[in-house]
Amino acid sequence: MSLDGVVLFHTSSAALRAEKICQRAQIAVKLVPTPRELSSDCGIALSFAWSQLEEMKTLLAAGRVDTAGIHSLIRARGAVT
Amino acid sequence: MIYLDHAATSWPKPPQVIRAMADYLDAAGGNPGRSGHRLSIAAGRIVYQARETIAELFNAPDPLRVIFTLNATHALNLALQGFVQPGDRVVTTSMEHNAVMRPLRALEAQGVQVTVIPGAPDGSLDLQDVANALQEPAKLVVLTHASNVTGTILPVGVITPLAHRAGALVLVDAAQTAGVLPIDMVEMGIDLLAFTGHKGLFGPPGTGGLVISDRIDPALIEPLVRGGTGSRSEFEEQPEFLPDRFESGTPNGVGIAGLGAGARCVLERGVEEIRAHEIELTRVLVEVLSGIPGLVVYGPRKMSHRTATISFTAKGRRVSDIGLRLDEDFRVLCRVGLHCAPAAHRTIGTFPEGTVRFAAGMVTTTEDIYAALTAVEQVVTS
Repeated sequence: MSLDGVVLFHTSSAALRAEKICQRAQIAVKLVPTPRELSSDCGIALSFAWSQLEEMKTLLAAGRVDTAGIHSLIRARGAVT
Repeated sequence: MIYLDHAATSWPKPPQVIRAMADYLDAAGGNPGRSGHRLSIAAGRIVYQARETIAELFNAPDPLRVIFTLNATHALNLALQGFVQPGDRVVTTSMEHNAVMRPLRALEAQGVQVTVIPGAPDGSLDLQDVANALQEPAKLVVLTHASNVTGTILPVGVITPLAHRAGALVLVDAAQTAGVLPIDMVEMGIDLLAFTGHKGLFGPPGTGGLVISDRIDPALIEPLVRGGTGSRSEFEEQPEFLPDRFESGTPNGVGIAGLGAGARCVLERGVEEIRAHEIELTRVLVEVLSGIPGLVVYGPRKMSHRTATISFTAKGRRVSDIGLRLDEDFRVLCRVGLHCAPAAHRTIGTFPEGTVRFAAGMVTTTEDIYAALTAVEQVVTS
């Protein structure tokens, strides 16, 4: 599955919290350096499959994780055809 | 060797703690929250896991509200200096450690009104005195959960509603109680909890923290230290979100790894079980010491009102002489003197000489206690 979505956070502690919550819910995620074109809020972001966007939003809200935005990497990089 | 100085620092540390620290340096030595590479993320995960463990232990609603500091003193200073301003009124007790008293006296010199509720000779508080002190509005009540001199437990859960009614938040110094007494921030109504990592939580020195309840807007607390947080790097102003607002500079990741492992040990063993073990040993200590002629044991007689920390003096003997002989002749290690708490010693009537302090811990055995008692008997009767 391509991890073509990315959640941004204000603090890396929130990114680590989100990673744990997603792993517990068995959603494939990966912590990556924050794509520079999106933000420099904090050093790491959580990539996930954009097809799981709604699930991701629900999980983060239930876990009370503050985010600094959720983006599609494809759209952000202008790769949409 | 018989180590009865757990109120100063716990020793030995569980092997899991030492292993967690070695593993951190060996396999996860990146800078947490800075770079995005695997070693930085591995370090970040360990630090974050420690936040979750601490939050679980104290029933704190949000792990991101666990702020790591160097020790309880640092945490208390952050809360006191960051939250209290000239013109405010702060209420405290006469049983406090200098980690509370010194910052308060400095704030007093800047125009903060400080009210000290006097303790009884056993270190306990009269709730009428507490209520009287809270007749007038106050910004903050700061009190120790248990005295580091007498082991007296202060009734935090009874005092918090009185404080809240007076408009005050409650800052609790849990240096002596984290890991040895149950602490539930929600149930006890604690707004700010300062803890140390190297005593009852079995972490290494250089660890501790301040837990901020979700009733407090962190913007109301000024940071003690400002600087790099790995976040919002394009701005030259300190961020307001937690934990970054109060955690500038590279954290003590290796220490926090040890703290997390130590706190995990406590959760696995169970605070209630640790408490039951320590108090059983303390019961023997208090009973036997009280029966030795010339010895005065301080603190409450009821075991439910105290921790494993006990203080005593012996008529006609300097506490420093007792401490030295216990160490040199019997290899019994304890702490003598004023224990950085002159106000508490004035309260119980042992200022300026101080006391001999024994504090059993999770690993202390009944044999240790009897051997220590025999040693005391010989030292004070010879």
